[in-house]
Amino acid sequence: MRYEADERGYFGETWGGRFMPEALVAALDELTDAWQEAMADDAFVVDFERVLRDYAGTPSRLYHAERLSELVGARVLLKREDLNHTGAHKIRNVLGQALLTRRMGKTRVIAETGAGQHGVASATAAAWFDLDCTVYMGAVDTRRQALNVARMQLLGAKVVPVESGSATLKDAINEALRDWVASVDHTAYLFGTAAGPHPFPSMVRDFCRGIGDEARAQCLDQYGVLPDAVAACVGGGSNAIGLFTAFLEDEGVEIHGFEPGGDGVETGRHAATIHAGEAGVLHGARTYVLQDEDGQTVESHSISAGLDYPGVGPQHSWLSAAGRATYTPVTDAQAMEAMALLSRTEGIIPAIESAHAVAGALDVARRLGQEKGPDATVLINLSGRGDKDMGTAIEWFGLGDAEESPEAELRHVEADAASELDTEAQQ
Amino acid sequence: MTSTSTAFATAREEGRAALVGYLPAGYPTVEGSIEALRTMVDAGCDAIEIGLPYSDPVMDGPTIQAAAQAALDGGVRTADVLRVVEAVAQTGVPTLVMTYWNPIERYGVQRWAADLAAAGGAGMITPDITPDHGGEWIAAADEHGLDKVFLVAPSSTDERIAMTARESRGFVYAAAVMGVTGARESSSELAGPLVARVRAGGDVPVAVGIGVSTGDQAAEVAAYADGVIVGSAFVRCLLDHEGDEAAGLDALRTLTTDLAEGVRRARR
Repeated sequence: MRYEADERGYFGETWGGRFMPEALVAALDELTDAWQEAMADDAFVVDFERVLRDYAGTPSRLYHAERLSELVGARVLLKREDLNHTGAHKIRNVLGQALLTRRMGKTRVIAETGAGQHGVASATAAAWFDLDCTVYMGAVDTRRQALNVARMQLLGAKVVPVESGSATLKDAINEALRDWVASVDHTAYLFGTAAGPHPFPSMVRDFCRGIGDEARAQCLDQYGVLPDAVAACVGGGSNAIGLFTAFLEDEGVEIHGFEPGGDGVETGRHAATIHAGEAGVLHGARTYVLQDEDGQTVESHSISAGLDYPGVGPQHSWLSAAGRATYTPVTDAQAMEAMALLSRTEGIIPAIESAHAVAGALDVARRLGQEKGPDATVLINLSGRGDKDMGTAIEWFGLGDAEESPEAELRHVEADAASELDTEAQQ
Repeated sequence: MTSTSTAFATAREEGRAALVGYLPAGYPTVEGSIEALRTMVDAGCDAIEIGLPYSDPVMDGPTIQAAAQAALDGGVRTADVLRVVEAVAQTGVPTLVMTYWNPIERYGVQRWAADLAAAGGAGMITPDITPDHGGEWIAAADEHGLDKVFLVAPSSTDERIAMTARESRGFVYAAAVMGVTGARESSSELAGPLVARVRAGGDVPVAVGIGVSTGDQAAEVAAYADGVIVGSAFVRCLLDHEGDEAAGLDALRTLTTDLAEGVRRARR
């Protein structure tokens, strides 16, 4: 099976490609050439690895979550991308793209952001590389992620709230593309996920693939085996493709992506693009898209701004269509329950994005534990930390409100966990 | 069905450039957009572009996006766009659809080409499809004899311009500034050289779009291009008179007349 895109950017001859205005073709060609030359240049690769190690703090740890493991009857490993500088896997991608920007002699970067993680990472890289930075963010997201807006501003970036359309991530991408059309001679677009026109899906994957390369080596080194399954959340899918790539050729390793199921796919308020979308073109690539019967993009919904996107990276569409990876929706409620569970069992507060992966992967772990016993291994990418999501958590759990103590909500999570532990112990 | 190239040929015989006018279908209503487009034909447009409103219009500036979003909010559907095409094409003026790709892929490319041709449409302008990624559309358009209007930009290489000129039928759309649609105070200095580069790549007519909003600007562009494309300025006429259709149509008529005079007084 060929998992790479062809030279025109198509995965499996169908997914991806480049559906873009002619005005941007020269820039995309220039970027493609620069990226391919850079990846073939040892000096660039060494530079990239050095900045990742010294500045971002990679390799991130592979951590055995023992209490979670006990809970589900299988070994649960967490790839701790939340420990990276800026608190998410996103820093890998932006450092790669910013390094490339400098190599191309451009002086300004633009980015779009949903949750703010990519915006903060872009502003950070821009500060470090001394580049001007403008971040487009849906106006709805600037309100629900105010802390990250402040972070970006402190780092010296200009944050532009986008009011058009649904005022979320997809509209921020549209606005960033418009900026790029007018500024392409001196501006690089730091695309935030493994979606968009060729070469972004492949380039972003390459800058994120350290996640999987490290995890695979760490798993072999620490446990002497490959995991039975790997899992990650999928919005656009950069952390997921970064993890999955190392395991594509390992046929014995199950690959699971967990999509934002919002209020439940059946309600129509969700962002489970692969599970419930149709093939179409959005933001320059053919991929699964949430759309109506006229091809108009349908507004997505997720409690996680970082997953709230009606498209998905085209390589994920191909992996799903080819049957190599399985994509399953996880609801807002399931994700929030997993957020609380991980916080209480392991003392790790995950980003709500990552909590989707935890929620879905624990079901996989229970099944594998039953099939293969407690040595069955599930490796979850913990793509980001939850500090940025505390506003949502406060609201969801009623935290910090003397009248409505969070205890009630958390007690039931604990009770569920304890009851499951008891059940496991009795078996 | 009339290929747009006939409108350019007629204009050329008259020693002038053609005036191409754009409005999105369904704004302020489906019937209202038909009336507005017919007003533009009556007042001097040589060819018409009908926009298919789309939720994610990457190349559109705020003016066109606002009207297109209002049309979507009003419930306009792809089938309505074909109804508008049919009504406008009956005037005998070449009538094209300008659309982003996903609604066409969703409708079915073959089915779309057949229905567009049956409605009397001359062809399609595709802002997010270039010839090298548009094989399916090119095949369908060829089968149904439809114009394929692709865009070139100041950033296009000579090689890409030659490819685009070769693959286009009807005319080539020269996006004269690096930026999205919208009226500008002065036309681009990049436009003239871009037109010359397209001419070097083939003998298909070249029309310049993005930025023209007055008769004087139209005259300036008409001095070197085969056609002048105006969109946002027409849309602005309707947006500025929301709720008063008669006033909007008056403004459209006045602007069209001014632009039509502009393309006629250019020194060629």
